[in-house]
Amino acid sequence: MKKVEAIIQPSRLDHVKNALHEIGVEGMTVSDVRGHGRQKGHTEVYRGREYNVDLLPKVKIEMVLPDRLVDPVVGAILSAAKTGKIGDGKIFIYPVEESIRIRNEERGESAL
Amino acid sequence: MKQYVFVLILGLAFGLSAGKGVAQTASQPVSMAQAAAPSQVSAAQVQKLEGEIASAQEAGDNAWMLVCSALVLMMTGPGLALFYGGLVRKKNVLATMMQSFSLMALVTVIWAIIGFSLCFAPGNSFIGGLQHIFLHAVGRAPDPTYAATIPLETYMVFQLMFAIITPALICGAFAERMKFSAMVLFMVLWSLIIYDPMAHMVWGKGGFLNASLGGAFPTLDFAGGTVVHITSGVSALVCALYLGKRVGYPHEPMPPHSVVLSFIGACLLWVGWFGFNAGSALAANGLATSAFVATHFGAAAAAIGWAIAEWIRNGKPSVLGAISGAVAGLVAITPASGFVSPMSALVIGFVAGVFCYLMVSKVKSRFGYDDSLDAFGVHGAGGTIGALLTGVFATAAINPIFKDGQGNPLPVGWVDGHAGQVLNQLVGVLIAWGMAIVGTLIILKIVDSLIGLRVPEEHEIQGLDLALHGEEGYTFEA
Repeated sequence: MKKVEAIIQPSRLDHVKNALHEIGVEGMTVSDVRGHGRQKGHTEVYRGREYNVDLLPKVKIEMVLPDRLVDPVVGAILSAAKTGKIGDGKIFIYPVEESIRIRNEERGESAL
Repeated sequence: MKQYVFVLILGLAFGLSAGKGVAQTASQPVSMAQAAAPSQVSAAQVQKLEGEIASAQEAGDNAWMLVCSALVLMMTGPGLALFYGGLVRKKNVLATMMQSFSLMALVTVIWAIIGFSLCFAPGNSFIGGLQHIFLHAVGRAPDPTYAATIPLETYMVFQLMFAIITPALICGAFAERMKFSAMVLFMVLWSLIIYDPMAHMVWGKGGFLNASLGGAFPTLDFAGGTVVHITSGVSALVCALYLGKRVGYPHEPMPPHSVVLSFIGACLLWVGWFGFNAGSALAANGLATSAFVATHFGAAAAAIGWAIAEWIRNGKPSVLGAISGAVAGLVAITPASGFVSPMSALVIGFVAGVFCYLMVSKVKSRFGYDDSLDAFGVHGAGGTIGALLTGVFATAAINPIFKDGQGNPLPVGWVDGHAGQVLNQLVGVLIAWGMAIVGTLIILKIVDSLIGLRVPEEHEIQGLDLALHGEEGYTFEA
């Protein structure tokens, strides 16, 4: 089992979600986050005072998947989330030790 | 013949005026005019009719003044509460609103007990007497020196709303770092020591600066540019300097947590200000209309002025800038509202918008004081420039406030040829500045030595909502 974590542009969320549902991904957790890689921020001005905002809004999608789904998922995210500009985001893949369904305490890949 | 015409005119007056008591007798004068010969109209009947005309006028004026009183209260809550609340960080939103709200309650009680008397009972040139403590002799009968057609009680409650909002404005200077208990004590003393004497001098019988009741230096202040805005704005500056900067200022970013709330507050202030300025005509008459229009035009021109200045200097006109500009214009037009023409109001507003923008964006950063919500930059500076421009643009054509021995109107401001009025304005401005500076320093020292002014650093970092009130403004969990 692997955890796939993708940080994407908020405007791409719907595309990515639809693409993932199409290839059969059943579970995901989505959160609103802020961050930056090499993307520059912007300046806001309030009553003459400047504020540099370099933590930009992003969306994080986390999924724990059986190994066979990792490559299709990465492919789906890449095609749905890419705009070609700096700020598109990143995908990280982690190994997962165990997964447990809370409702019936099932364990392993069948709990995904 | 003359009596016949007189009765006809009385009949017309009834037809045109409002009021329940009048409507019941409306048929009478018409039939009298048609049926009776002039000699049958008795003095008693004329006296009764005159009484009913007076009642009708009172009804119109009183209705207007009560509405204005409500509008001015709305300026504090929720107007100012929202305007200031949106400008602070999320962790301090409730504490900021509580400052305005608590003053609505506190100042009311002080006013009822002694405040109104100190402002408006006859006393000396500097402070009123005690004839009206506990609102003694303040009831349905008008006091003709102040407003002949409304109950003195209406006048009292209208003025109360001004006494409430003035200290609330000061809170902008020490937002996010003042102890609530200290604020309460500070405001009680400020109301009594600074507001009441200032209001008495400008508006009370025998006041030193009272333009309409023969003060030594007639300072024109229609609705409170000196009494409300200069005193609170300058006091705010003193507080900001005395209390010192917020922890982390100016390096840590502290942008407004909700310009949306501030926007709503500013619009409520604009609408409420019609009560503040037009209501200061104390009657539902042409002068109220004139003040209403001047107020609105001042706000509009100032919003444009600030927005243009910001657009040029920063490349983008911000919403916060536009609404701040409108407020600055409203402040500046306040002393001028019942004395200037609509076109002059546009000029005053535009100048104030640009001037206050520069005060807030350039002067504040140059001197480095932390006037958190720009109470000085908008109210102190706006009130000062408005008071001085009143001396320039006030005209007898709008309000013949100065009269000679025969009752003929005299020139009022510079546009009438009386440039000296600007000096009279300057005297009022300097007195307001002086009282605000000296009085505020004394009060700050007293409160600081009794209970301390500032919250401890951990509270400032945690946020005043939790530290002082045990609450959070927003709990968005499911």
